[in-house]
Amino acid sequence: MRILAMDTSNQSMSVAVIENKQILAEKTTNVKRNHSIQLMPTIEYVIKDANLTIDDIDRIAVAKGPGSYTGVRIAVTVAKTLAWTKGIELVGISSLKVMAGNAQQLKGSLIVPIMDARRGNVYTGLYTYQNEELIELERDKHISAEEWAKELASKHKTVQMIGTDLEKHLPLFKHCLKENLILLPSYQQLPRASVLAMLGAQAETIDIHTFVPEYAKLTEAEENWKEANPDDLGGSLVEKY
Amino acid sequence: MKLKRVLAIETSCDETSAAVIENGTEQLSNVVASQIKSHQRFGGVVPEVASRHHVEQMTLVMEAALLEAGTSYDELDAIAVTEGPGLVGALLIGVNAAKAVAYAHNLPLIPVNHIIGHIYANQLVQPLRFPLLSLVVSGGHTELVYMKQAGQYEVIGETRDDAAGEAYDKVGRVLGVPYPGGKHIDEMAHHGNDTFHFPRAMMQDDTNDFSFSGLKSSFINTVHNAQQKGEVLDKNDLAASFQAAVVEVLVNKTIRCAKERKVKQIVLAGGVAANKGLREALTAATSEELTEVELIIPPLSLCGDNAAMIGAAAFTESIEPDQLDLTLNAKPGLSL
Repeated sequence: MRILAMDTSNQSMSVAVIENKQILAEKTTNVKRNHSIQLMPTIEYVIKDANLTIDDIDRIAVAKGPGSYTGVRIAVTVAKTLAWTKGIELVGISSLKVMAGNAQQLKGSLIVPIMDARRGNVYTGLYTYQNEELIELERDKHISAEEWAKELASKHKTVQMIGTDLEKHLPLFKHCLKENLILLPSYQQLPRASVLAMLGAQAETIDIHTFVPEYAKLTEAEENWKEANPDDLGGSLVEKY
Repeated sequence: MKLKRVLAIETSCDETSAAVIENGTEQLSNVVASQIKSHQRFGGVVPEVASRHHVEQMTLVMEAALLEAGTSYDELDAIAVTEGPGLVGALLIGVNAAKAVAYAHNLPLIPVNHIIGHIYANQLVQPLRFPLLSLVVSGGHTELVYMKQAGQYEVIGETRDDAAGEAYDKVGRVLGVPYPGGKHIDEMAHHGNDTFHFPRAMMQDDTNDFSFSGLKSSFINTVHNAQQKGEVLDKNDLAASFQAAVVEVLVNKTIRCAKERKVKQIVLAGGVAANKGLREALTAATSEELTEVELIIPPLSLCGDNAAMIGAAAFTESIEPDQLDLTLNAKPGLSL
């Protein structure tokens, strides 16, 4: 099975093509550039470099968030559209899980990916390896970094923390986790589309049309609305004609 | 390369739309998913919410447009998409979806200016003849665009502050009508009279520019003063008076410019083109003062944002068969 994978959840961008769990081509950048400009040309380039065309792709794997709202939407829009228009299978993988996939398989060690979510908050998750499989122990969430550091410390286990945003919160986690904190080398901090593709190989395919990003947070306007209108059950907000 | 059939995509604000257009004049489908109900909760468009809805709707809308048109990818000659102006996060969804479809089927990609789209909505009604003058009025724009010939756009008048549609929405909030206010004010205006005589801004000036913020302030002051005195004003009369002031300036300047430039056609464009008061007044003024000039007013389905107009405008571009710029990006501040 050939999988095209793409991740534009944060500043870095990664696109890969794998075939039967072998990487054929991968490109990862970590510079401040515009994903909307770069993603499609990179997909074209990586597929061409793998000596393939889009018609050879059997499955598309996309990092579905959380992350930068706009960033996540670019890869999700491109992945959904390519999958729909070519009739290709689609899988969505948590952007945090993709980062967690960079960790080492240490027995009993917790794996914690971190993305900065501003105002002292982070997007994070709790993962571990069981029987060589990366398992999600808790749902991805939006939480205050301080609260999260205390919660992790209370588990009394080694914690591998991953993410380029970690730097911002490092003193806090060092203070709380002490010798249980394991930091990975910088080359393992960036999300890699090859890892996403490997995770995507095992994931269940999803309905293309109804697939949306995992923002892990409502917009401020929606939060305020919910607070003021607790009885609103939602319902269809979009009308087609 | 001569185009025959185009799939067009529009996501510049709060409508996700896809359409299939043939020969620039015939609409095979025009599917619109409107988010109005969602943004009504907030009293106006919340950009992040709009972007989220576009991701939910994009592939559904494209599929519906192709199905309704009974078109396969083999029968398409190009993909057209709104590149701007508009909300950046919203535009990005359409632009990236369009690039993905164009790449997947090796089709040329045509970026289209949203304002030109509004003008070319009229090409789906009847052929445009030049020189023409277009009055473009929407929530984000109020412009008089002179076209000496196809492909030439000269903005000869524009708003110096609020767009006409924006003024409607703000006044609508004061009157307590749901977003978007324009439709409700238009209805109320038909049950009232112009009793307040709000100022007609810049009406006598030499300039072709517009200004609506003074009118808006005057309206708000009138309502607040009455509230302080405990007076109750007739809301229908307020609506009728506001609408009369907006429409009179728009129509007056349009007719004056059309005379000066000796145009063959006047074409109305944009969301506010759906306003009954404006449609009636412009029709009456044109038939009275410019008997030789043809007036085109788009049907209601082509006034608001839609992809059919983007498809129609795409046919004005000269394109190469291998034209596929995968670096295309949203241009939120694009001008004519």
